[in-house]
Amino acid sequence: MSHDHSNLFPEVMPAEPEKATLEGKNKFFGLWFFLGGETVLFGSLFGTYLALKNSTAGGPSSDEIFGLGLVFLMTMLLLTSSLTSVYAMYHMRNNDYKKMVLWLGITGLLGIGFLACEVYEFAHYITEYGFSFQSSAFGSAFFALVGFHGGHVLFGVCWLITLLIRNAKRGLNLYNAPKFNTFSLYWHFIDVVWVFIFTVVYLMGKVG
Amino acid sequence: MTNETNTNLSRAEEFKRTKSKEEMQRQLISFGLMIVLTVVAFAIVATDAVDRVYVLPILFVLAIVQAGFQFYYFMHLKDKGHAMPATLIYGGVWAAFLTLAGLIVISWW
Repeated sequence: MSHDHSNLFPEVMPAEPEKATLEGKNKFFGLWFFLGGETVLFGSLFGTYLALKNSTAGGPSSDEIFGLGLVFLMTMLLLTSSLTSVYAMYHMRNNDYKKMVLWLGITGLLGIGFLACEVYEFAHYITEYGFSFQSSAFGSAFFALVGFHGGHVLFGVCWLITLLIRNAKRGLNLYNAPKFNTFSLYWHFIDVVWVFIFTVVYLMGKVG
Repeated sequence: MTNETNTNLSRAEEFKRTKSKEEMQRQLISFGLMIVLTVVAFAIVATDAVDRVYVLPILFVLAIVQAGFQFYYFMHLKDKGHAMPATLIYGGVWAAFLTLAGLIVISWW
């Protein structure tokens, strides 16, 4: 079946290219619907963590193992990647495909940097402190919550790479603009979750 | 296309670009404020400067404000046509709140 895509390449992009088509509107709604569900999911994981964080079973407690330096670095990486994806969407609205790809690429690299720090962090806990998913209820709750967030970052990076490869030769149009925009919204949400992780898990864990 | 429509088109495009540039500036300011909020939160814990009783509420408020910047500025929740996304997110926040409250009450009461 052949499609006429010419109407997807307007001379200039409309004010909100991500919502100019029905498909774009649906993607926008669907992603927000999904994020509402994600809020409940992470709420449950945070609740579990708060309920179990003192059940260390004689193992290390939160203020013994957490180091603020690495967490601060991870926070800056993710926060900056949130800004770079804002820049990407800014260039999308101006119909500048190359700059959008550039900023999305930077976003992805920052995400990979964040993941590298997290892998190092987890490995450090396991090898230095013997603190793992199995060591205590605190360990299970910690690795479930923070690991689930890390899994979201990993998924986001894979999603971004797939988008960039798939659309490499297409340029920007009203068909793929919503795809880039949904990724960007998802990425911001991941940063929101991290804000609560560094606050509730790490900072409050240090205070006790 | 006549010259007149061409000019109108470019003027509309120019208007759109000015608007999105202004929005970009607001987002940059939000980013700066979020960095400040983060640094303040880490500094409070690292320096032990604030009394323990106040630390938890302060950290919590800082996180809420920062999340607000993400949602309203970076994710455009403040813009027109975002009533449905806001409903979905606040619905999620409400359910998450009930879950959190339930789990905290049964374990800490």
